[in-house]
Parts: sequence; C-alpha cells; structure tokens
Amino acid sequence: MQRLKSLLIWFWRIASRPSAHLSLGFLALGGFVCGVLFWGAFNTALEVTNTEKFCTSCHEMRNNVFQELQHTPHFTNRSGVRASCPDCHVPHDWTDKIARKMQASKEVWGKIFGTIDTRQKFQDHRLELAKHEWARLKANDSLECRNCHSSVAMDFTKQTRRAADIHGKFLVTGEKTCIDCHKGIAHELPDMTGIEPGWRAPPEMRDRQTFRDNPRHELMRYLAATEAER
Amino acid sequence: MRFRSSIAGALLGGMLVFVGGAIYAQTAPQVVPRVTGAASPMGDIPAPALARPVIDDKRLMRNYPEQPPIIPHSIDNYQLTLKTNRCLDCHRRQFTEGSGAPMISVTHFMDRNGQVLADVTPRRYFCTACHVQQTDAQPLVPSTFKDMLLVGPEKK
Repeated sequence: MQRLKSLLIWFWRIASRPSAHLSLGFLALGGFVCGVLFWGAFNTALEVTNTEKFCTSCHEMRNNVFQELQHTPHFTNRSGVRASCPDCHVPHDWTDKIARKMQASKEVWGKIFGTIDTRQKFQDHRLELAKHEWARLKANDSLECRNCHSSVAMDFTKQTRRAADIHGKFLVTGEKTCIDCHKGIAHELPDMTGIEPGWRAPPEMRDRQTFRDNPRHELMRYLAATEAER
Repeated sequence: MRFRSSIAGALLGGMLVFVGGAIYAQTAPQVVPRVTGAASPMGDIPAPALARPVIDDKRLMRNYPEQPPIIPHSIDNYQLTLKTNRCLDCHRRQFTEGSGAPMISVTHFMDRNGQVLADVTPRRYFCTACHVQQTDAQPLVPSTFKDMLLVGPEKK
C-alpha cells in the first residue's frame, strides 16, 4: 500500500510539472495523433465484435442459436432483407452499445468456463438466457425490433384482419411492446410452462383470475390457511 | 429313390416358374405407371410452386361432425414442440376470453379412458396432427365425397 502511494506521488510530481525536454507542440500534436489512433483502433475492434461472423466463431452460438435462426424469416424471406445477430441483440446507440458490451464480459466468463458448451447445458440455461433478452427488450420498448419495424410505417390494411386488430389494440396504444407477443421469432423457445402469452394483462389487472399459479404454492397457501383455522 | 425324384421334380418345377417369370417380367409391356419418385431420381426435377395457405379467417362448415376443424389463419413459424405450443397461447381454455379464439373442445381434455383432465391431454397436444391449413392447391385426385345428409334414395 505504501509503495503504491509513493508510486502515485512520483507520477503526480512528473505529470504536474511542465515538460523540460519535449516541446508543447510535440506533446499537443502527439497527444492528438495518439488519441486518433486509439479511438480508431477501439472503434474498429468494437465493430469487429459486432458482426455475425464474430458471434458465430464460438460453437455455442454457431451450433445452437445460429442454426435455429436459419429457418426463420429473419434469416431468409421473400424480400431478401435479413437481420444479423447484433441487429437484434446489441443496441445501435453508442452509449447503450458500450453498456451492453460491458455486460457481455459475463458472456466471456461463460465462454472460458464452458457454461453452455454442450447442447444439453445450453438447453438447461435456455429459459434463463431467454428471460434476460425478454427483459432487456421489454425495458427498452423493443428498441431493436423498432430499428426496422416502425409502427408508424406499418400499413394495417395490408395485414390480416386479425393482426391489424391486435396491433391496433395493443401496439398503437402502447399497452404492449413487440417482445410481449413476438417471443421466439428467431430462435426456438425454451420450456414455456407457466409463461403466459404476452398479450394477457398482468394478473393484478385482471377481473378474473383465470390463470393458475404454481400448484405447489397454491397447496402451500391452502395448507397454511387451514392450519390457521384449526 | 422315389424321395429323390420328388425333390428333383419340385426343383425343376420351381426353376421353370422362376425362369418363366423372369422372361415375362423382361418382355411384358409396363402397364402400371410409376407410383413414387421420378424416372431419374438423381437428376434435376422441376418442382411445382408451393401452394398458398388459405388465411381468410372464415370458420368453415365441417364436412362431417367428427371432422377436426381446419385452421383458417396463418401458422407460419408457430412453434409446436414439447416445450411450447403456440396454438394453445390463444386456444387454451384460460386464454379464450382475451384472445377470442375458439376453445379446444372438451374431448381434448379426456385421456383414452374417458377421464377428464384439468388441461389438454398429452395425446391431443400436437394440434397439427389433426387440424390442418387448407391451401389453394387443386386435388390430385377428384373427390367424390358427399355430405351424408345428401346421400339417400329420395334426396339429392
């Protein structure tokens, strides 16, 4: 600790005094050039990690989610426009992107320790991973969907009547967001037992409690209630 | 001795039938058309265009009472696996109030012994085993099906 402190003091003494040998112009220009180089390299590296090629260079992504993507309309469709991994999974704005990239350090951890390095392990974690993505898209109002699919530009008359009705009721009013209903559009879904369809109102806002809670909890509540009566 | 000659006779007869059959198979004209596959299965075979599903949302009359109702809407990319069932997201009893979709019928709650379960029985879980979409494809073989109410001597 003492050594660290003395090191800091030594650095501060040098940094706080004017340079004795190098000219101001050299320092200013050198600093500028180094800054440009650093920034360019940083952004280039950032963009490299933001490509489908980079994502699928890991077998966890290539053998699981990338295979599943390939027979969905987000990979192949009538107009030939396709989405790649970062289009949906990385925010496009710079600050949000950096925040997501910092979160991705957890994914590097998972890669190193092989958290999902087999199909079985991946399936076991699938629900948890999917829930992260649902929560992220729910929190940012499906921003990555809306980067391409704008509700303003949607021609409801071109949709089937059913789709137009539902979009008019839930999407335009802002009551729901894309991910609420459109889960699993580009990958296989995890075990959805107990996960309600997204168009449903949350339980506390329903007049009728038609959906059953976990039966185990129900039983425990019932037992607790009858215990109190006795 | 007798025994041997009977075996030899049977063998000879068998040979005759076999040779005769082989000759007939080679020379007889082929009257039965190919049933499956193309004549040159490894060649490039033009495929007919895919038929379009009918997605007009009209609930059609059933042709007979036991007919599973057909699906009148798009089911493209609906996931129907052991883990998830997109159809039941709307057609399950609990969800019909909000979705407006018809509820799966009461038979779908019965197991094979007629016991009524709380939810869809496993043997009725895979909807598309019975319920299908219609397409605009023309039937390969014309159908002579008649509604049973129209069958009979006095009715037309």
